[in-house]
Amino acid sequence: MILDNVSRWFGNVVAVNDVTMSVGPGVTGLLGPNGAGKSTVINMMAGFLAPSAGTVTLDDEVVWRNEEIYRRIGLVPEREGMYDTVSAWQFVLANAKLHRLPDSEAAAQKALNTVQMSDVKDRDIATFSKGMKQRIKIATALVHDPQVLLLDEPFNGMDPRQRIQLMDLLHTMGDGGRTILFSSHILEEVEQIAGNIQVLVAGRHAASGDFRDIRRLMTERPHQYWIRSDNDRALASAIIAEQSASSVELVADSRGGSGYSTTGARDTTAALHVEATDVSRFVRVLPQLAARHGIRLYEVSPADESLESVFSYLVTR
Amino acid sequence: MNAIVAQLTARSLLGRRRVLLLLLLPGVLLLLCGAVRLLAGSDTTVSIGVLSSFALGTVVPLLGLIAGAGSIGPEIDDGSIVYLMSKPLSRHSIVHSKLAVAVAVVTVVAAVPTLLAGFVMSGTEASLAVGYAIGAFVAGLAYCALFVLLAVITRNAVVVGLIYVLIWESLVGSFVPGAQVLSIQQWALAITEKVVGSSAGTLGLSSAVSFGTGVVLLAVIVIGCTWYAGARLRKLRLTGNE
Repeated sequence: MILDNVSRWFGNVVAVNDVTMSVGPGVTGLLGPNGAGKSTVINMMAGFLAPSAGTVTLDDEVVWRNEEIYRRIGLVPEREGMYDTVSAWQFVLANAKLHRLPDSEAAAQKALNTVQMSDVKDRDIATFSKGMKQRIKIATALVHDPQVLLLDEPFNGMDPRQRIQLMDLLHTMGDGGRTILFSSHILEEVEQIAGNIQVLVAGRHAASGDFRDIRRLMTERPHQYWIRSDNDRALASAIIAEQSASSVELVADSRGGSGYSTTGARDTTAALHVEATDVSRFVRVLPQLAARHGIRLYEVSPADESLESVFSYLVTR
Repeated sequence: MNAIVAQLTARSLLGRRRVLLLLLLPGVLLLLCGAVRLLAGSDTTVSIGVLSSFALGTVVPLLGLIAGAGSIGPEIDDGSIVYLMSKPLSRHSIVHSKLAVAVAVVTVVAAVPTLLAGFVMSGTEASLAVGYAIGAFVAGLAYCALFVLLAVITRNAVVVGLIYVLIWESLVGSFVPGAQVLSIQQWALAITEKVVGSSAGTLGLSSAVSFGTGVVLLAVIVIGCTWYAGARLRKLRLTGNE
């Protein structure tokens, strides 16, 4: 599946901005913070949203307004809405029949077995928990054994056991040669199952490729720290002399936390803001520096560990 | 038309308490007609008044709105229509299936009660019961087609539909005769008038349009709305929570 210079805007808001990516067999994670445009991309890949510019194709066929493409695509939507006045069996069977499968009942049973919902298949969907509904959604997407499976935030609402089951299932399907793409805003989820990832930030395609390469980019970026000690000025001098940081700044603590002045008296504003170039060396050297100069460290905390800051860094690369 | 789409639509439309809502109006119609028969006897003028203003003017359009918009609107609102849209199905076939269910429902809860109401009030006199039942059926078909289309193109289909039925057909139509020309109720009444025959004029049954005009306009609205609903469904934008 290929997105070629795809953009999508809603009025004046650009949701997806000139994204080019290709997704092939195996499991691919579409990673990005909330509001990054992941669902918009998945909806365009599923043919439910026309790109404002560019094209989305599957095996060279445009997916928008192409109903026949759904013989090859399975979709697990993020939204909860389902026909919950029917039982799980009736719903999955109806999905199989809508695909006009030669043996709809066998296909529906296989899909329910795959998501381990056979035991409760006669219950109305309305009585299911969020995780159970999620598994029924997956069963409906798998019922016609699609070549491409698109999942929008599939782990939402699942308990840890269900997550592991779904991860195993996606692994197996990916290993079997299917093209699986799932979106998530949680790094660890993506790391556990996706060999390849596509990173979206603010509608832009920030990075793509092997997860280990992206992970290395993330860990090798300059790390920023807030440090509080009983002698910030002396510590700043020592850090600069050690050359393990690209910048050291004595600033008012914008977080409003407590700090201590160079005299040791409690100071509610002072803190050191340090940008370390070599993270592993910096975290090893910092306590040694403090001990050597007789400085007491009160707090060392990362200043930019939020997912958004990691993504933002990737965008600037 | 697709039988599975029709089954799912019927389950949604008739599920839970919605079926009670659908049965409320025909129940009131039959009770009212029974009371009229008991109190006024078999009076053709009163029967025509009740069948025109309440059955054809209120029950049929409101049930057409509930069944027509309800056959597809809630699925678009909650996103569950994605399970139909992600199948290799013609969008026109989805609309046809939903329209068929809505028309079947309106036939059962509006046209058949209208027939019964006519019999209760005036028996077989002047074919009033049959004439109004046929009028209710074709009006129901046209209302359903119009309201299915409204539900596809706007999230406010019920409000727009109520404005059409209550403001345009009932209020504006009663004060501005020209407005009645663009009224499904009057088009259906033209067919009722034709079925009742030559005695319609003497009984005070008359529509604002001729039979031919009524048939043509009904056909245009049913075929046009159904086709356009399918075309708009092809372009329906389904988005996630972002």
